Amino acid sequence: MSSVRDEQRLEGQTDEGAQVLQRETREIVMTGGLWPDDSDTTIINMGPQHPSTHGVLRVMLELEGETVLRLKPVIGYLHTGMEKTAEELTYVQGATNVTRMDYASPLSNELVFSLAVERLLDIEVPPRAVWIRMMLVELNRAASHLLFQATNGMDIGALSMMIYGWREREMTLRLLEMFTGLRMNNNFIRPGGVAADLPDGWEEETLSTLDAIERGTRDYAEVLTENPIWMERLVGVGVITTEQALALSASGPILRSTGFPWDLRKAQPYLAYDEVDFDVVYTSNGDCYDRYLIRLNEILESVKIVRQCIERMPAGDYRIQDRKVTPPPRARIDESMEALIHHFKLFTEGFKVPPGETYVAIESPRGEIGCYLVSDGTGKPVRLHIRGPSFYNLQTTAAMAEGTLVADTVAIISSVDPILGEVDR
Amino acid sequence: MPDADDAREGIHEPGRAEGASDAAMSELAAAVVAKFPGAVFHESHGQPVVYVDRASWHDVAVHLRDVEQCTSCLDVTVVDHLSDAGRLVVDGVAPERFEVVANYLSHARNRRLRVICEVPEHEPAISSLSDVYPGTNFAEREAYDLFGITFEGHSDLTRILMPDDWVGHPLRKDDHPSRVPVTFKEDPTPR
Amino acid sequence: MEQIPHNILTGRLEDLVKWARRHSVWPATFGLACCALEMMAAGGAHYDLARYGMEVFRASPRQADLMIVAGRVSQKMAPVLRQVYDQMVEPKWVISMGVCASSGGMFNNYAIVQGVDQVVPVDVYVPGCPPGPETLMHGILMLHDEIHHGEIMKRRGSDRGARIHVEQRDGTPSNVQPVTLSRSA
Repeated sequence: MSSVRDEQRLEGQTDEGAQVLQRETREIVMTGGLWPDDSDTTIINMGPQHPSTHGVLRVMLELEGETVLRLKPVIGYLHTGMEKTAEELTYVQGATNVTRMDYASPLSNELVFSLAVERLLDIEVPPRAVWIRMMLVELNRAASHLLFQATNGMDIGALSMMIYGWREREMTLRLLEMFTGLRMNNNFIRPGGVAADLPDGWEEETLSTLDAIERGTRDYAEVLTENPIWMERLVGVGVITTEQALALSASGPILRSTGFPWDLRKAQPYLAYDEVDFDVVYTSNGDCYDRYLIRLNEILESVKIVRQCIERMPAGDYRIQDRKVTPPPRARIDESMEALIHHFKLFTEGFKVPPGETYVAIESPRGEIGCYLVSDGTGKPVRLHIRGPSFYNLQTTAAMAEGTLVADTVAIISSVDPILGEVDR
Repeated sequence: MPDADDAREGIHEPGRAEGASDAAMSELAAAVVAKFPGAVFHESHGQPVVYVDRASWHDVAVHLRDVEQCTSCLDVTVVDHLSDAGRLVVDGVAPERFEVVANYLSHARNRRLRVICEVPEHEPAISSLSDVYPGTNFAEREAYDLFGITFEGHSDLTRILMPDDWVGHPLRKDDHPSRVPVTFKEDPTPR
Repeated sequence: MEQIPHNILTGRLEDLVKWARRHSVWPATFGLACCALEMMAAGGAHYDLARYGMEVFRASPRQADLMIVAGRVSQKMAPVLRQVYDQMVEPKWVISMGVCASSGGMFNNYAIVQGVDQVVPVDVYVPGCPPGPETLMHGILMLHDEIHHGEIMKRRGSDRGARIHVEQRDGTPSNVQPVTLSRSA
């Protein structure tokens, strides 16, 4: 009887979940004495799948006891070949590809790509397009920094921050859905302008969302900023100096936390940033707490900019009228043969960009994002390279983590705020 | 290297838009052309670009860091011109298959400079900038991984984005096609 | 469970077990790219996976029942994906979230695995780029339904998932019928 059952059990077994024993067993005799003095260091591996929600980053740590001697980030687990795919897509389609690199602030990617293409074409977009772009990019900055507050809080252990941070982010994403049609990966900022005009009633919706974001941000400041546990975990952790940051090509909140107020929106203004009033937030200690404070206050600065955009939004076209670059309005396609031909050519072949190369950089929530674009007179780029800020900022984790405790590693990686989509591309 | 105080004062100058092209824009470029014979200046859509040869690639970086206050090398990348339909050719520069491009930024002077070097196909090697600018470490590894350019003097030139046992350099034009055939789940013949 | 011979008593017991399994599915954290943000949004307060008992995303695959592959799987990540799947204990299910996980998505190139079903057996495909939290929940509820009422537990031996396709449910529902290609065409 039992043998039948045994047979059934053996037959039903699969080896899913079984792991082959890699090493031979050896006999250990426990003597009860002291463990041998092991002065060798330990190398441990964190990731690529781990609960700290920064995507697929793998970190190798060399430890001596609890102290981190060396840290090495190992990347490539999200390498998507986007730069190769970009050589296959026309300039009209390019924004769909680029937008998925830094997926926490997709509109920044689209903006830098569109600015590079427009520079190669030597065209200027109308003022309304400029202000719409600026407003959307600042809303995206607020959403990205709210995501940082949520994930950073969760990594440090303030688990309710994960729920709170998403509260305002959901409202911002709903607003972006109203403008662009999608919550994320919008493909809205395209070469020549933006894809559509602002919907009716957008001012009231935006103002109520901005009020909610401000209230929420002040709530988080009240809960976290003076919180002794928060400060204990973050003050003095992951310190980096200005020289180190500049040598490692870091930018964005990491550089601003060291006392260096470099923000491309002020230093090399693009869009209409020289016409709006906002402050560059910077601190001088270079630790994780400073970076948290900078991102928190940048949300409020972005809200300030969006309020000015609402007041001063110019009327006019939302994209350049040059039919070789932007599609004609849908209604015209029924009326005019030329409009139909332009529409067809744009969405099949795309427009041709004369041979040249350019590098355009803007300030994304993570730092300087740049687009190096090389064209050859056809409708597809020869080379599209995105200088992702997180790719360079990750190099600072090695400098920040040397000499700290292993328990601080998560706080350090989280404060760098890497998005692996733009690291690996 | 300027220390933090100098840099802070420099930043408070009113920013200038990237596209403003006047004589001051090519200060950095003029300095490089003056110091390194054989360097060619070119203005690309309002931005200064200097083409140098491989022998002076490293020295240009040292000069930019020590003398011209270029605090960061923001980006090092490679372009493969194998199958260009029409290439932008600059007078005085012999075009090769690969171009290695470095973008520099001087925070104190608020100026950018692009330096480009032509690298031939039969000898894809150039000296590494990672001892001058440690921030280019990852970028050069990526360029090696995806294009096969060897950066001499780099401390750890291994693959960074592709798996370690990958054969080939994917972003080269003759390596992988950009598109793989689409296979539908129930119908295995590729289209 | 599946080896015990079936009769009226074990039928009741099996229903009870299926009910219990359906109401306590714990997902493993496998957020890879953009879809991970929408998965986190589904776990957030507005869309709230906690009402299904699913808000605990277990970090250890040994404690998880469901792997939601959220995002594009690169060549370097595929062995890691398989290893995590193997570490999960039966019964386990896989939801392929997003078009990149279902079929390679828009990235039709050397670097992305053209569908995670080449690596792990998939039970539900959720389309979208990224699928909003509503679509993801539609997929999860479809899986719950299958666990409770369907025969998804009896797929052992074929290494195939249940392969259920769901439609997108974000924003306004679409009236467009998908075009299916028949084999003979």
